[in-house]
Amino acid sequence: MIQMEDISKSYKVAKRNGGFKEACRTLFRREYETIRALDHISFTIKDGEMVGYIGPNGAGKSSTIKILSGILTPDSGTCLVDGRIPWKDRVNHVRHIGVVFGQRTQLWWDVPVADSYELLKDIYSISKDTYRHNLEELTELLNLGELLKTPARQLSLGQRMRCEIGASLLHEPKILFLDEPTIGLDAVSKLAVREFILRQNREHGTTVILTTHDMQDIEALTNRVILIGKGRVLMDGGLDQLHRGGANIDETVAELYRSYDI
Amino acid sequence: MKKYFSFFSLRFVMGLQYRAAAWAGVATQFVWGGMMIAMYQAFYQTEPEQFPMTFEATVSYIWFQQAFLALFAAWMLEAEIFESIKDGNIAYELCRPMKIYPMLFARAAAMRISRAALRCLPILLFAALLPAPYGLRAPEDLVTFGLFLTTMVLGLLVTVAFGTLIYTVTFFTISPEGLRLVATTVMDFFNGAVIPLPFFPDKMKQVLELLPFAAMGNVPLRIYSGDLAGKAALKAAGLQVLWLFILTCCGLAVMARAEKKMTVQGG
Repeated sequence: MIQMEDISKSYKVAKRNGGFKEACRTLFRREYETIRALDHISFTIKDGEMVGYIGPNGAGKSSTIKILSGILTPDSGTCLVDGRIPWKDRVNHVRHIGVVFGQRTQLWWDVPVADSYELLKDIYSISKDTYRHNLEELTELLNLGELLKTPARQLSLGQRMRCEIGASLLHEPKILFLDEPTIGLDAVSKLAVREFILRQNREHGTTVILTTHDMQDIEALTNRVILIGKGRVLMDGGLDQLHRGGANIDETVAELYRSYDI
Repeated sequence: MKKYFSFFSLRFVMGLQYRAAAWAGVATQFVWGGMMIAMYQAFYQTEPEQFPMTFEATVSYIWFQQAFLALFAAWMLEAEIFESIKDGNIAYELCRPMKIYPMLFARAAAMRISRAALRCLPILLFAALLPAPYGLRAPEDLVTFGLFLTTMVLGLLVTVAFGTLIYTVTFFTISPEGLRLVATTVMDFFNGAVIPLPFFPDKMKQVLELLPFAAMGNVPLRIYSGDLAGKAALKAAGLQVLWLFILTCCGLAVMARAEKKMTVQGG
């Protein structure tokens, strides 16, 4: 169970106009602008739910994921994930969650993927039997076999992403945060990743929170969509609410963004 | 504890993969050591009694310094750690059930030890085979050798603690470059990597010897070459322990603050 209540977070951003003169001026006096990345965000997600978390670029999606995974401390508000406050109890909290940041990598660049997995096994103190069992299952479902022996640097993006997802699930997390997991993947890899996430949710009851710009991801995976823009929750409801127009989902969402002026 | 050790061993294994870099390192260190010795020899020929250490002792100092460069060289900080803090990849590390400071510490130590492990033997072996004034001397006695090994471990730990402190401070600055440059220059000069500490003017030396920089690589090297012995050697080892404690505490404090305040950069 994930409860977010009134969470706010703002960043200070140094701003100036372009140009040499401006650059010199700001050497002495810098102007900051406060950006409200999250503005009183509230929502509740039940165990075993799959939720799509969407919004235009810069809406605050990644900030929310970072708060939920204990990396970022919000300015105000309360947040409970299975009874834990993520940022207060980071080490204990992250034991039970899995995170995939689509734009980053958790695999060690120069060594075979299997070595990175072994390290994760020790970091999460996964018992030998559990590890073997999970690894077998993941290898089969994500088709990792040969990839595990390959150094991460020699994997293609799609292959690497499958390995990344596998890495985030070795310790059987109850909650999985996926931050743009299908970014840059080809059609085959995308379908494989979606199929796998669905299965994970069905068979293990994993709660999944998914941020993406790919509306087909949302259609394929989730029943519930939370739309945020300018740091606020604009819509929280079923997928059918998005489909009112009956048009193509990308157009519907773009229309929605426009109507909320975000 | 086991997880930090696993981190250590993975980083260690990774370090062992770069064979070409290791051989290039051996060659560089050997040539560099030879050049340093040639330079000191020119000085010693003019006025040997003006020098605080005998020529043989200086030669041993230089060979050990080259062989164990990776253990003590201040500038050998891990670009990958800076990079991951800068571009936000550190986010993944923060999603792990472990403390960040010991993880960085284990990683930095493994990087240094793996590099040194590949490089030190060929250099030591070669230097030991060189003829009398240019080669490596055998240690004075077993006690000296024991003290040498002990202070070497302590020196490594102090160096790593200092490096880790720099990594933690990087969490607050946007770019690590400036800090890295200042810190490594100061360290290289004050820890006797540029010229051995005994060669500094007396007054300056008295101050320098109390600083953390003097508690790094120069203690074991000076003990081996016989410049530090008896009480002075024990005092130096004591200072090493003290600085190790202080630097670790600073690092932990900075990290605790960083975890509260930090923002992970990039989307």
